[in-house]
Amino acid sequence: MDEQDYQLLELLQQGLPVCPEPYAQLAETLALSEQALLERIQHLKQIGVIKRFGVIVNHRLLGYRANAMIVWNVPDAKVETIGQALSQIQYVSLCYQRPRKPGIWPYNLYCMVYGKDRSTVLQQIDELIGRCQLEDFSYQILFSTRCFKQRGALYPVLQTEKTDG
Amino acid sequence: MDKQDKAIINLLQDDFPICDAPYKKVAERLGIGVDELLQRLESLLQTGVLSRFGPMFHAEKMGGGLTLAAMQVPEQRFDEVAEMVNAFPEVAHNYARQHHFNMWFVLATESPEQIQRILEEISEKTGLKVYDMPKKKEYFVGLRLPV
Repeated sequence: MDEQDYQLLELLQQGLPVCPEPYAQLAETLALSEQALLERIQHLKQIGVIKRFGVIVNHRLLGYRANAMIVWNVPDAKVETIGQALSQIQYVSLCYQRPRKPGIWPYNLYCMVYGKDRSTVLQQIDELIGRCQLEDFSYQILFSTRCFKQRGALYPVLQTEKTDG
Repeated sequence: MDKQDKAIINLLQDDFPICDAPYKKVAERLGIGVDELLQRLESLLQTGVLSRFGPMFHAEKMGGGLTLAAMQVPEQRFDEVAEMVNAFPEVAHNYARQHHFNMWFVLATESPEQIQRILEEISEKTGLKVYDMPKKKEYFVGLRLPV
């Protein structure tokens, strides 16, 4: 990634302009041709710096009032297969492998389930236990009670100096 | 929010075209005019149903640090500690959860080295232990919240 990529990412963080030719508008701001800008964005997607390009929804306003983080203790030899299986399920919205904390925290696989309400989420968890053959493993359901801060996917892009010009 | 808004949200949660007239392409798939799509998007953003429209970044690939951290906060200190934790600009979001580990937050920093330092600062400030739960592997899921 070069300086211009960082400038582009910083600009994109503010969101894509809502106008007929949004990339042309960004290109103008960066003094690039539209073609060059499209190629840069494609490249950033290819190398994985941009994970996904689209809308980020406010799940609460959309009626998803319950969210649970479910943590599983699955054997290391099976974590890969189970992680893959969980991530294929429609209502699983995030799935990560994380380290255990010996003596404190035995869980090594995390997933997030959003639902209209808690009973829906619990039903979905029951169903995914069956579908992913998780019957033998211990788990805990951590429902969220409050969300304090949601900055979304905004990350600092500070490798480039900000200038006023 | 009507049926058309829902169709827009469902379609745009997937992926957005990277080409010279991307909204036109999306509008065609929805069978509406591009002006209508732009107007609806504007209003969905204004009402906050859509919190953002653009790319999701991979913090680590951008050179940044990212982790999930958990704390066991005594109930009577919960609000005070939440305020302290949220005051750190590196805290991207923070959830109260029903468990003895009752506070879970995501840290995003400019560089991976800063993660440890910020976690220590949070621990010092609150007087509580902070457990670092960094990801070892992410399993890709599309963000699918059908409406």
